[in-house]
Amino acid sequence: MPGLADLNHNFLTGTLENAVKWARRNSVWPATFGLACCAIEMMATGAAHFDISRFGMEVFRASPRQADLMIVAGRVSQKMAPVLRQVYDQMMEPKWVISMGVCASSGGMFNNYAIVQGVDQIVPVDVYAPGCPPGPETLLHSILTLHDKIRTGEITRRKAPAGTGS
Amino acid sequence: MSATDRLGTSEGAQEMASRSATGADELDREGGVLRMPEGPVLDPADLIVEVVEDETMIINMGPQHPSTHGVLRLMIELDGETVLRTKPVIGYLHTGMEKTGEELTYLQGCTNVTRMDYLAPLFNECVFSMAVEQLLEIQVPPRATWIRMLLCELNRVSSHLVFMATNGMDVGAVSMMIYGFREREMILAFFEKCSGLRLNHDYIRPGGVAADLPDGWRDDVLAICDYIPGRLDQYDTLLTGQPIFHERTQGVGVITPEQALALSATGPILRSTGLAWDLRRDLPYQYYEQLEFDVIVGTYGDTFDRYAVRLNEMRESIRIIRQIVDLMPPGNYRVQDKKVTPPPRRRINESMEALIHHFKLFTEGFRVPEGEVYVSIESPRGELGCYLVSDGSARPYRMHIRDPSFANLQSLPTMMRGGFIADAVAVISSVDPVMGGVDR
Amino acid sequence: MTADAPVDGDAPAPEPQPELLHGALVSRWRGQVIAHPTRDAYVQVMKGLRDSGFDLCSDLCGVDYLTHPGRPLPGGVEPGRFEVVVNVVSTTQRRRVRVRVQVPGDDARVGSLFAVYPGSEAMEREAFDLLGIRFEGHPDLTRILMPEDWEGHPLRKDYPVGRVPVQFKAAAATR
Repeated sequence: MPGLADLNHNFLTGTLENAVKWARRNSVWPATFGLACCAIEMMATGAAHFDISRFGMEVFRASPRQADLMIVAGRVSQKMAPVLRQVYDQMMEPKWVISMGVCASSGGMFNNYAIVQGVDQIVPVDVYAPGCPPGPETLLHSILTLHDKIRTGEITRRKAPAGTGS
Repeated sequence: MSATDRLGTSEGAQEMASRSATGADELDREGGVLRMPEGPVLDPADLIVEVVEDETMIINMGPQHPSTHGVLRLMIELDGETVLRTKPVIGYLHTGMEKTGEELTYLQGCTNVTRMDYLAPLFNECVFSMAVEQLLEIQVPPRATWIRMLLCELNRVSSHLVFMATNGMDVGAVSMMIYGFREREMILAFFEKCSGLRLNHDYIRPGGVAADLPDGWRDDVLAICDYIPGRLDQYDTLLTGQPIFHERTQGVGVITPEQALALSATGPILRSTGLAWDLRRDLPYQYYEQLEFDVIVGTYGDTFDRYAVRLNEMRESIRIIRQIVDLMPPGNYRVQDKKVTPPPRRRINESMEALIHHFKLFTEGFRVPEGEVYVSIESPRGELGCYLVSDGSARPYRMHIRDPSFANLQSLPTMMRGGFIADAVAVISSVDPVMGGVDR
Repeated sequence: MTADAPVDGDAPAPEPQPELLHGALVSRWRGQVIAHPTRDAYVQVMKGLRDSGFDLCSDLCGVDYLTHPGRPLPGGVEPGRFEVVVNVVSTTQRRRVRVRVQVPGDDARVGSLFAVYPGSEAMEREAFDLLGIRFEGHPDLTRILMPEDWEGHPLRKDYPVGRVPVQFKAAAATR
């Protein structure tokens, strides 16, 4: 949200901005983008044992227009890359991306012709969650990191899409 | 080609074309009509489809869709709400694993193969290891084989629990998702104790298993065996006797045994039609001949039968696991062949020979004699096979995995023909494809 | 189907007849039966197998033998660059047979099994996509795993892995 950051902060807008950030981080709605093994761990995070619902995130919206967060869970193949970009473009601002797993973060163990070496070549990523697959605790840690980033406003200073790979 | 050119991929020819632009054979195949080799077409009455070209609609489901079980894209031709033709478009998870398998040593191969069918990773590792061991012509010690069987049956239970969770959720019982994953956590906790990972374990390796079972494994496994059957009875109450579940699954997605055989469908799909083909019973491997278990068979070949087959297969697996707990012998957990198995870590400090063997095995890998072999086992989805060609070096020359879901997806047009679009979701989830195995 | 010649008491034992399965040479390895039909007889041999009870085609894959031409084959079989390997199962007799067909590299065509085993359709598309072997008579021979406009056949031995150089790791693996 670049608009609010430009205002001269006084007491009222400061409180308003904090309230908006509080609302945003406490009900981030993920879009279903489970691709491979990491999707199973994402489903396990949503299930009763690890319970993503305590963060207000159990509603995985099927439609990207209603979602705030895209958790890219799994390896992105060359054929899937345009679909990923299209779904990301359909999401409304503000939107965030968590790259879950090493295959999404950097291509993982599949350094070959078929896998995009890091989803940050296609979409800008806010948090990377390593692991193969990352356990639900790692995913929850990455979600809490994202909440922190929203809280401190670091999100408004997002970098441009990398495009250069890691 | 620059990166942006690569991103603009097209699947034009893979998509479903209008009726006038599709050949007769292809129309039949997408319409689920099989020209059986023996003679005329099956179900001639269904063939009288008076369809005017522009009255039908081709819609696209996926690849990003909450109910396509991963990245499966379905193109469906509809006449109102009735499905006429179906064309699955796959490849959205193609990882080039068979090519990567040619670059990795045999010891590293299991890390690659285990990520194909990611709901049943131990089966992938098992079939690859069995193929390598056949080429090496070594005999795995009995305890290792029994450990493999124990873990594979536990993996079968956890895979079928995911089926129950996703099938229930797709049909409408959203709470089933929570229950299925709750039971799975117990099994995954045991896997984490054995191998260190909840998924994609790389535990079963050529020569045996990576480590012995942890202390107190009997108590853990028996606790699972005591807990799960009670839960399965609860699922019976929630789903099996429920009239709404019956309405949504009985008579939906019917396939006959001849059609299933012709389409190379194996596993619960084939067994739900009434044909009792289970590789553990009919082409036995490991020590399944010493165990007592039933092969669960359906009658009508519909979605409800596939659900019932998998539910009861879980009960049979628990029965098998109890027998394995009683029959587990002591002994080595990997073959004591210095050329194949790395030495225990502490011996590296003591013995020069152990150090050299460790180094050679982990850098170059062990060499496998020239030959080719095909090994297959019964995974939760059907026949999982590994065709391995070796040229005498330390890396496979060609590693091909016959994945059950890849062949099972071919039966989708036949199952969905004539049904409603709302039934499509139930049918897909009853086939239970895992796209990691389909696309490899 | 083996043809054993009867041995006379005084006459020298004649040469053992090669084992044939519906007209294709047979080799065995560790209990596995492998048939080697010629490319022209291939579809006929598969029809014969299906008629004699092998009702399930469990696997069909291709192999590129570009860098390993000297593989062991039974006598009388001309090696080609590609091989199509088919695995068929008889659910009634509980037997498995493997069929290997040699396909030359410059003319990578072979008959399609779609009319014999409809379940081989997706597997043949995969072999075409990844190796470039054309199956004549296939209803829809298009790429199945790679995008439609992909150039090249990735599983061929002269197609590179496509590895991206990574710091601290050698770019190419040694065989």
